Amino acid sequence: MTEKNQNTEKKTPLWHNLKYMIVGIVFGVAFVKAEIISWFRIQEMFRLDSFHMYGVIGTGVVLGMIFVQFIKRFNIKTLSGEEIVIPKKEFHKGQIYGGLIFGLGWAITGACPGPLFAQIGMGYSVIIITFLSATVGVWVYGYFKDKLPH
Amino acid sequence: MIELLSQPWPWWAAGIIIGLTVPTLLILGNKLFGISSSIRHLCAMCVPAKIPFFNYDWKKEIWNIFFVVGVLLGGYIASEFLSTDAPIQIAENTKTQLRDAGVVDVTNLLPEDIFSWKSLLSLRGFIFIVLGGFMVGFGTRWAGGCTSGHAIMGLSSLQLPSLIATLMFMVGGFIMTWLILPYLIAL
Repeated sequence: MTEKNQNTEKKTPLWHNLKYMIVGIVFGVAFVKAEIISWFRIQEMFRLDSFHMYGVIGTGVVLGMIFVQFIKRFNIKTLSGEEIVIPKKEFHKGQIYGGLIFGLGWAITGACPGPLFAQIGMGYSVIIITFLSATVGVWVYGYFKDKLPH
Repeated sequence: MIELLSQPWPWWAAGIIIGLTVPTLLILGNKLFGISSSIRHLCAMCVPAKIPFFNYDWKKEIWNIFFVVGVLLGGYIASEFLSTDAPIQIAENTKTQLRDAGVVDVTNLLPEDIFSWKSLLSLRGFIFIVLGGFMVGFGTRWAGGCTSGHAIMGLSSLQLPSLIATLMFMVGGFIMTWLILPYLIAL
C-alpha cells in the first residue's frame, strides 16, 4: 500500500515535497472551516442527526471517482510524465477487525488521523497525547502483526 | 475574500476540496491520498526496533509527512487567521442527547470537560484521550488505512476491500455511539 507507488522519487531534493505540504494546508483549512474536526460533528453523523458529514464524505468520494475515471480514461500522466498507477488493494481480515476497532475509536475521539493533526495545529494541545497514543497503537500493531489474523 | 473564507464552510465546499485532493496528489507525483500511513512512517523513522513492518525505506514516503505537517499548519492557519466568533453548528437533537448523557461543554469543537489536560488524569479522560487514540492507530493500521485511504481514496478507485473497511468503520462508530459511549460519558 505504501511502498509500491514510488520508484522515481529517489533523487528529487527534499524541498520538492513542499508542494504536498501546500496541498495539506488547503486540506487542513477545509477540515477546520467545515468543522469536520469537531467531535460533535462525528457524534451527529453516528446519531444520524445531520447530513453534514455524509455530504462532505459523499461529495469527496463522488468527485474522487469522477477524477480517477477521467485520469484512467484519458491516460493522464503525472507532471513529470509518469504513468499514474493506483495499486489494487487486497482483501484481508484486517479490514474487518481493524476497521471495527478504528470505528469504535473514531466515535470516542471524534477524530480520524487527519483531524488529529489539524486539532493539534489549532492549539488543542492535549490531542498530542491522543496522537502519541495512536502512534503507540500503530507500533503495537507492527509488533504483533504476524500473530493477528489477516 | 478573507471575510468569506472565515465564515463556516458548507459541506459541499469541504467535499469538493477533499475530492480534488485525490487527483491533485496523483498528478503531482503519483501519490495515493492517505493520512494514517504517516504514523507508520513516523514509527519507521523513530522506533523501528527491528520490526519487519517498520523496516522499509521511509525516506521514499517523506511526501506523506510533508502532507500531514501541512494539515497541521492548515489547522493553525484556520484558527489563527480565518476564525469567527460564530458558535459551532450541531444538530439540536445531538446536543440534547449529549447534554443528557453528561457532556457539559457543547460550544467548542471538542467538549473541554472531556478533552483537557485536567481530565487526562481521570478514568474518563484516559479512555477518551489515550485509549481512543490507541484504537484509532491500531485499528487503522490493521485495516490498512483510515477514512482518507479507504473511504476516500479506496472508494474513489472502486476497491472492494475499501468498501468493506469503510462499512466496518461505520459499524464500529454506530456500536460505540449508541451502545457504549453513554456509559463512558457517565464515568
